[in-house]
Amino acid sequence: MASPKRGRLNRKLPDEGPVALPETDDGTVLFNVPFPKDLAQLKAMAPIIIKQPYQIDYIHSYGQDSPFFAGLANGKLLGTVCTKCGYKYATPKLHCMDCGSECDWFELPHVGAVHTFTVCYFGSEEFQKETPFVLILVEWPSIDTLFLSRLLGVDPLKPSMDWVGMKIRAKFRRLSKFKPTDVYFVPA
Amino acid sequence: MRPVYMVSGGVSKFTKARPDVTFQPMVKEAYDYALKDLGLEHPRFVEIVDGSVASYFSDHFQRQLMSGIMVQDYLGLCPKPSHRVEGGGATGGLCFQEAWKSVASGLMDVCVAYGFETMSHVNTWKGNEFIALASDVSFDYPVGGFYSGYYAMMVVRHMQEFGTTVEQMAHISVKNHNNAFHNPYAQKRKLLTIEDVRRAPMVAWPLTRLDICVMSDGAAATILASEEGVSKLEKASGKRIKPAKIVGIGRGTDAMRMADRPHRKVLLLPHERASDYRGLKYPGIHSFRAGRMASKLAYEMAGITNPLEALDFIELHDAYTSSEIQTYEDMGLCKYGEGGRWAEEGNSFLPNLDYGLALKKPGTLPVNSSGGLIACGHPVGATGLMQAVFALWQLQGSIKKHFGNDRLQVKGARRGAIHSHAGTGTYVTVSIMEKV
Repeated sequence: MASPKRGRLNRKLPDEGPVALPETDDGTVLFNVPFPKDLAQLKAMAPIIIKQPYQIDYIHSYGQDSPFFAGLANGKLLGTVCTKCGYKYATPKLHCMDCGSECDWFELPHVGAVHTFTVCYFGSEEFQKETPFVLILVEWPSIDTLFLSRLLGVDPLKPSMDWVGMKIRAKFRRLSKFKPTDVYFVPA
Repeated sequence: MRPVYMVSGGVSKFTKARPDVTFQPMVKEAYDYALKDLGLEHPRFVEIVDGSVASYFSDHFQRQLMSGIMVQDYLGLCPKPSHRVEGGGATGGLCFQEAWKSVASGLMDVCVAYGFETMSHVNTWKGNEFIALASDVSFDYPVGGFYSGYYAMMVVRHMQEFGTTVEQMAHISVKNHNNAFHNPYAQKRKLLTIEDVRRAPMVAWPLTRLDICVMSDGAAATILASEEGVSKLEKASGKRIKPAKIVGIGRGTDAMRMADRPHRKVLLLPHERASDYRGLKYPGIHSFRAGRMASKLAYEMAGITNPLEALDFIELHDAYTSSEIQTYEDMGLCKYGEGGRWAEEGNSFLPNLDYGLALKKPGTLPVNSSGGLIACGHPVGATGLMQAVFALWQLQGSIKKHFGNDRLQVKGARRGAIHSHAGTGTYVTVSIMEKV
């Protein structure tokens, strides 16, 4: 599949070929192919390449992590805290990786900081249409782990190391999709 | 456990797509090459070999479950024992170590480890989606699942923490593409400049397309044997084998979600002190704790206290230029934070090649003299085994025979390491091989 963004956002690779029509994988319906009389010629035959569509709907349960998504739907960002050692998880884990004990839910502050970031100008198929988008890991001073999210409200065409450490604020989708992207961040 | 030797190996030419064959004949190309190098044909070899281990990463790329057995039967190895190993990008390294275990335990005298990946069966965007499914599908994948994005976030933190620069990263790309120029098995054989790397399309800031490995179709096969196994093979072929001894193996792990990685104290190697790392929170997302653990265990088994002195070359998992720099540090070639400078100084370059760069210390310890993943390609299940094959040829001094030129031969190579790496550093293997 040719990327619609390719020409606009990215200069040509030095190793890319000459100007050409975009290649697509929609192909042509073909009902027969030529066949040689002499079977000895078969090994020189070009490979037959066909398209095999494959589509699945998974029934995915968030299981023990479900309250996190219920929290997002209600404008709350939830982490977990170990009942024994107090280790605090910004991305929920219901058992502590450190001491193995059970964790409880708690509410994270809505203001954190950018621990690191990137701007994705390309992506996997599902997210290609959303490029360029900014990915961040969010940190909070008293929380032991980080949280992966998206940052809006900055110019994705002008990434800068100055973004690291930037104070940011959580925002929530009004119409929940029950995805971790129901929360995102903007400069505080 | 008893001594284990690698006796032979083969690699298919790595390329963007192999529509001319399905995966089984591709593995057979590598397998037949390994046998031919031993001076044996399949009917004689099959009388001796005890079993195999299969390495391939993704059932999605194949849209075929149980591909392993289809290779086993195509090679004519049924009904001998076999099993499949899977661990993301480290699949090949894990497979190599499973074959090692089969022989070291005394269960087998001769074991074949073969691997492959056929990534051309979907377009690149879909392939990136499959790869991103190797991240938490509840919390990570839906936010924008894209491995280049994950690695970019890690190196941004490395830059923040240590001052690593994009030009230092570009040095790795220039080195590996230039090395691959002399490797006929490699997919991308290019002479590049630092500017070429930086001017290439930006994929995930600050990583450009030339900082990142490509998807490939390819296969590799290795043959491991005990001392008895070596004798049996030599008796059958009437030829002396030049094996390499596998003197150490190590593995490590870390949490799937990068967000979950701890920020604590460095896991030290024998040549390091706690005072080297005052104030450094480890591993965070700037370093790979799994790579450090794997190195530590492999070095301990091999009796290595200073890897920089003990090793003559390394083939490591450079899916990204940034991860090659991070891995220098995990493997203890320099201290944490010094990887960028170590690259820029030329330490990991081959001393005899001209890269068009002014290097201060060329050739201290050549890394990815083959071209690595960035230039050879990364058909996942084959990659870790490809490293083992190139390492064996380095230790045999047979690069000229197999590559048709000796530009990439590390002169007097006596001991080398191979390093295979999964996910954002979730499974990592290190294996040490020695000239016999």
